[in-house]
Amino acid sequence: MAGAGKRHLTRWTVVNVLVVAYALFPVWWIVSLSFKDPSTLTDGNFIPTKWTWENYRGIFQTSEFTRALVNSIGIALIATFIAVVLGTMAAYAVARLRFPGKRLLIGLSLLIAMFPPISLVSPLFNIERVLGIFDTWPGLILPYMTFSLPLAIYTLSAFFREIPWDLEKAAKVDGATPAQAFRLVIAPLAAPGVFTTAILVFIFCWNDFLFAISLTSTEAARTVPAAIAFFTGSSQFQQPTGSIAAAATVITVPIIVFVLLFQRRIVAGLTSGAVKG
Amino acid sequence: MRRTGTEEGARAAAAGAKAPAEAGRLSEGARQERRLGWLLCAPAVLVMVAVTAYPIGYAVYLSLQRYDLRFPDQAEFVGLSNYGAVLSSPFWWEAFWVTLFITVVSVTVELVLGMALALVMHRTIVGRGTVRTAILVPYGIVTVVAAFSWQYAWTPDTGYLAALLPEGDAPLTEQWPALGLIILAEVWKTTPFMALLLLAGLALVPEETLRAAMVDGAGAWQRFWRVTLPLMKPAILVALLFRTLDAFRVFDSIFILTAGAHGTGSVSILGYDNLFTALNLGIGSAISVLVFVCVAVIAFVFVRLFGAAAPGSEQGGR
Amino acid sequence: MAEIVLEGITKRYPDGALAVKDVDLTVADGEFVILVGPSGCGKSTTLNMIAGLEDITEGTLRIGGEVVNDRSPKDRDIAMVFQSYALYPHMSVRENMGFALRLARTDKETVKRKVEEAARILDLTDHLDRKPANLSGGQRQRVAMGRAIVRSPKAFLMDEPLSNLDAKLRVQMRTQISRLQQRLGTTTVYVTHDQTEAMTLGDRVVVMRGGVVQQVGTPQHLYDQPHNLFVAGFIGSPAMNFLHAVLEEGVLRTAVGDLPLAPEVLRRLEEQDAPRDLIVGLRPEAFEDAALVDPDREGARFTATVDVVESLGSDVFAHFTEEGWEPAVSAELAELAADSGVAESGGDGHQIVTRLSTATGVREGREAELYVDTSGMHVFDPATGANLTRHGE
Repeated sequence: MAGAGKRHLTRWTVVNVLVVAYALFPVWWIVSLSFKDPSTLTDGNFIPTKWTWENYRGIFQTSEFTRALVNSIGIALIATFIAVVLGTMAAYAVARLRFPGKRLLIGLSLLIAMFPPISLVSPLFNIERVLGIFDTWPGLILPYMTFSLPLAIYTLSAFFREIPWDLEKAAKVDGATPAQAFRLVIAPLAAPGVFTTAILVFIFCWNDFLFAISLTSTEAARTVPAAIAFFTGSSQFQQPTGSIAAAATVITVPIIVFVLLFQRRIVAGLTSGAVKG
Repeated sequence: MRRTGTEEGARAAAAGAKAPAEAGRLSEGARQERRLGWLLCAPAVLVMVAVTAYPIGYAVYLSLQRYDLRFPDQAEFVGLSNYGAVLSSPFWWEAFWVTLFITVVSVTVELVLGMALALVMHRTIVGRGTVRTAILVPYGIVTVVAAFSWQYAWTPDTGYLAALLPEGDAPLTEQWPALGLIILAEVWKTTPFMALLLLAGLALVPEETLRAAMVDGAGAWQRFWRVTLPLMKPAILVALLFRTLDAFRVFDSIFILTAGAHGTGSVSILGYDNLFTALNLGIGSAISVLVFVCVAVIAFVFVRLFGAAAPGSEQGGR
Repeated sequence: MAEIVLEGITKRYPDGALAVKDVDLTVADGEFVILVGPSGCGKSTTLNMIAGLEDITEGTLRIGGEVVNDRSPKDRDIAMVFQSYALYPHMSVRENMGFALRLARTDKETVKRKVEEAARILDLTDHLDRKPANLSGGQRQRVAMGRAIVRSPKAFLMDEPLSNLDAKLRVQMRTQISRLQQRLGTTTVYVTHDQTEAMTLGDRVVVMRGGVVQQVGTPQHLYDQPHNLFVAGFIGSPAMNFLHAVLEEGVLRTAVGDLPLAPEVLRRLEEQDAPRDLIVGLRPEAFEDAALVDPDREGARFTATVDVVESLGSDVFAHFTEEGWEPAVSAELAELAADSGVAESGGDGHQIVTRLSTATGVREGREAELYVDTSGMHVFDPATGANLTRHGE
């Protein structure tokens, strides 16, 4: 019996190690590349033989990367903030209020969640040039917040539905106005859900590539994913591999740390939005 | 009670007496609720309509124009001829089949692998937390970064994986191996998401039902096929719908891995190239509209044929 | 302190469904009134309308003399205890109990004093700074009560406040609520589906069915003089036995033999032009082991096979089922059966439950001779469900 239990344990451990390895290998590979000395970049080794910070120093010396990093952070934060605020309002209405047109709203956001971004790239490209927001922060914030709104509305309304309906009634009977019921009872309970949604939306914005390369043309608004795709080596005989790996690591590691810190919430958010929707 | 209270009461009594006469009218509370509902939804709806509905309409308009960005003055209405050009072009059909191939294969693999992962997370006794955490890494990573990692891994001389291949093999420069690698990159990135959705579905299967099946003499496989899977059907369908639509839009990985060369371009890549390389807004827009139609058809098929409950539809009307 | 007056209160949903129909009820100042009925009878809707959580479609609602139809809950000065307790999970017990007072901008000292006083009454003093999640079911229930009493409102509204507690705790809390209400003397409307709770707690009980009030009265009155089959079947545990009966030659012919009718009952039946086919209602305690009854005592006697004997120590419940007994049929009885789960338990409904004294010698599977005291017998019209006997009215 003990032997069987032990075998069982060993088997699960092996399976788990495989899963973890599967998840981490590509990440480790890019990190490892970023620490390789240019002379050993092409040795194909999994662990750098000569460690160096050279690649990092290199990218932080060019505005090409630092500017992109600022753009990425700024654009993603602003888009997240707006999407979460608008999403919270709409999700509250969807989860709590009775009003005609609710189905329409749900249908519309579902439609947008399924929308192929490439279909919007050509008209947005033209519209933004006419409006003069092409290659600016607002030019990217606008599509980002739009595409993350459905995500925000779903996730948040799922969280809101879990707040017991009786609480709001109780608050009303306790003498609260609808606004007070929202501010004092519902909002504090909804805060974790809002926070989770914000993380998901931020990751979504941070991850985008298509809009970033289509709606920007200079360093003014280009985000990191777009910027590294356009990295060139310092001379035309040099591959930008090291710089790309370093830049990739810089934008990956913080997100991964964040994801790991809040993994419980993220799992809840990802699944509640889609399964209970 | 205070005097003012009584006066108020009298007024309210008058209002109350009138109420029955207008049976069926909306009460003040219901009207307030309705107004608040609209008010709260308005900004989100406005943004979504302004940034998607209007541009897609504009895309339809552009797709009916001959519009070359190098010669904007020569724009003119040409009817459906852009669609004719796209649909009769071998490039479109190649991109279409490539996209479909990537979608079908990657979603199928993801479903199987995701289910396996979900079962591992559901059943494992040791290190459940570790697995759940590790699995989120691919989700959190930027697609472009992952694609670069794969690219360097498979590039001869640089990569550890390429080193495993026979000398002189460059998989990213041949159509089928390259498609395989694109699918691999997609699968790696999105299987965790699938697994999490399926895990949530698994959690909805009551443990007691499985025990009952066990008592009824069902083996592990029978329990999985006869009890677990049917009960998870809604979760599986929703996950499939989401992932299929997502896979059909594949762009980032291809752009980094092959840039659409060697017959690996998806419809999104084709649209992008027409817009930003060929600078043909008319053709590019026609492709945009066609991709939109494809996605709509996929969604329709899912909802109609498989009965995938549109998320939010059932609980939507509280 | 205030009286609550409902005049012709009706609730119709936008889809046309009628939830509550034309309810007239006056709850006197300080009175404890119970709304009871099976699920879906409209009792909770009625309570929500009093609270202002649901709109009143028709009718007038007065609390303390003022019409409050169009007032929001916060302007009605009522407190409510919810079935789920609806405690604010992010607030401590103290904050939960003081929430309404803080909303009313009461000064901090008063809030503290009132909360602590309520906590003392409810024995919650040690738990004031804990969060609801860390409390037991009974403690949460008390916090919910506390939240209601700190405000000294005009009325307490309670929506099945005990249904989430286990059986033993429920009995304890029942007594506590009763004591508290007497001590505070606050008008209280209490909703429950449990007839035992209704009988033990209320000054008066309102029995509802399908959105309509069936009968209002003191618990004893409802028990002794139910207006119709529904009330008769709903009130009392074990429930009243119903038998099909045929009125012939001044006696009721039933499966358990001929039951004599008192002359005034007979006269009353004739006055009301009663049909020949009737339903007879007999409480379990109307039966007794014939061996223990003076043979001269007026009543009926019959023999039947004992099905099951349940000995509770103080009483013995003996169940009888006879082949060929014609079940009493009526819409109201069908609804009662559905509500109590008899229809789903698979047992046939035409079974007689008797309550015998412990001295009885009846044994399972044996025949027994039983005595029926017909003086408390009720006779119902199967079509309308109306009680045709109405003893002492």
